[in-house]
Amino acid sequence: MYEVSDLRKGLKIEINGQPYEVTEFEFMKPGKGQAIYTCRIKHMINGSTMVKTYRQVDRIDIPQLSNKECAYSYQDGDVYVFMDENFEQVNLTKEFLGDRRHFLAEDMHVEILFHNNVAVDITLPTFVEKEVIFTEPGARGNTATNVFKPATVTGGYEVAVPLFLNQGDIIKIDTRTGKYADRVSKK
Amino acid sequence: MSTLLERLRLRAVVLDAMRGFFASRGYLAVETPVRVPAPALELHIDAPPSGSAFLRTSPELHLKRLLGLGADRVFELGPCFREGERGARHLPEFTMLEWCRTHATYQDLMTETEALFAAVWEAARGCVAFTPPAMDVRAPWPRWTVRDTFLTLAGWDPVAHWDADRFDLDLVGKVEPQLPRDRPLILMDYPVEAAALARCRMGPPAVAERWELYAGGMELANAFGELTDAAEQRRRFAQCARARAALGKTVYPMDEAFLAALERGLPPCAGIALGVDRLIMLLTGSARIDDVRAFVA
Repeated sequence: MYEVSDLRKGLKIEINGQPYEVTEFEFMKPGKGQAIYTCRIKHMINGSTMVKTYRQVDRIDIPQLSNKECAYSYQDGDVYVFMDENFEQVNLTKEFLGDRRHFLAEDMHVEILFHNNVAVDITLPTFVEKEVIFTEPGARGNTATNVFKPATVTGGYEVAVPLFLNQGDIIKIDTRTGKYADRVSKK
Repeated sequence: MSTLLERLRLRAVVLDAMRGFFASRGYLAVETPVRVPAPALELHIDAPPSGSAFLRTSPELHLKRLLGLGADRVFELGPCFREGERGARHLPEFTMLEWCRTHATYQDLMTETEALFAAVWEAARGCVAFTPPAMDVRAPWPRWTVRDTFLTLAGWDPVAHWDADRFDLDLVGKVEPQLPRDRPLILMDYPVEAAALARCRMGPPAVAERWELYAGGMELANAFGELTDAAEQRRRFAQCARARAALGKTVYPMDEAFLAALERGLPPCAGIALGVDRLIMLLTGSARIDDVRAFVA
């Protein structure tokens, strides 16, 4: 069990068998009264949020979480198939992956977080490289890095890139945010 | 947003204004021990250990002893400590302004605090960092009883039916968020079970002569019509010691020197403690207590 003093932003806890992550946390103490810890928590699977208050004497369940390294294998319709090191298959849906599905490549090593054997999160390599397959021509000489235009990369993902990028350039995308990070090479 | 140095300048101006305010009213500036063998026994206030003693959580017991020695008006501005308190409005080391006076009631302190605010606002007005919330600080501030406030905002009466857990949770969850912010507000007449060091008044309803000041959504000060009955004080300390022991908390020794002062006799008096850092937060529009101190250990 966690004690209330363990609470902090990012802590993963369990309530009625469900895994939650603490997204906001505030220590309060009414004059002469007991400490009250007010947390906003987010359900780790469905993303719903709620506010929960704890007193000093309360105890909080620790979720059974485990990380497994897996390799991406193939896509079958809306299902994305991964293999763990024992060649056990793990299926994740398009909905679960969201935009991250665009960054998968065959044999890519990812970490999948399980709560009681149910996948709750996936961590991809922080950066992936993609080729720009379509964007309006770059404005020559415009090296501003804070003005963006849309670009489509291999796999069909659309991302905002600086004006100076051109079709055929290879770029780096941050898989945590889905945003353009850097240009790797010019066509 | 102002810079830290600008906020520290305002802080210095405000501290000077406070000292001037109390000097002009005949208060004696005192320095009482920071390291004490017997911190005040309160259920939810923990003193950090310091060798064989503790760091004070408030100077109140020593200030009351000075009243017993014949001082009529004393104030102290200095550091106080609370073990395990850390948040946007809490630091384990913070600055407290505490003052008390004889032959005064807790109502007298309301008027005096209103006057202190006027002096502080006046002094802070010329500072670059002065960005207080839109609030009318002119006297008199609204005075709401705990009973009416809870009946209106939380739907129950803690004076008639005390429930410590429910009181704390509703105070933080229901009452404080709904208090008006366009004016400072005095929440007064606490349930006798939440009297701490306040004297109680026969009813109906029987209540503790205690009030708290709220401003800009923050609790800024706590005031008492001081308990001067030595036997009652000893009984409350003993009860609190038992409750602390039951929770597995450190049980501080009874402050026998303080109890002896009460036994020798103390004139009727009233006292108040105000969180200086929070007041500076209010005057500078700072969201975090860290923003108004030079260093946070």
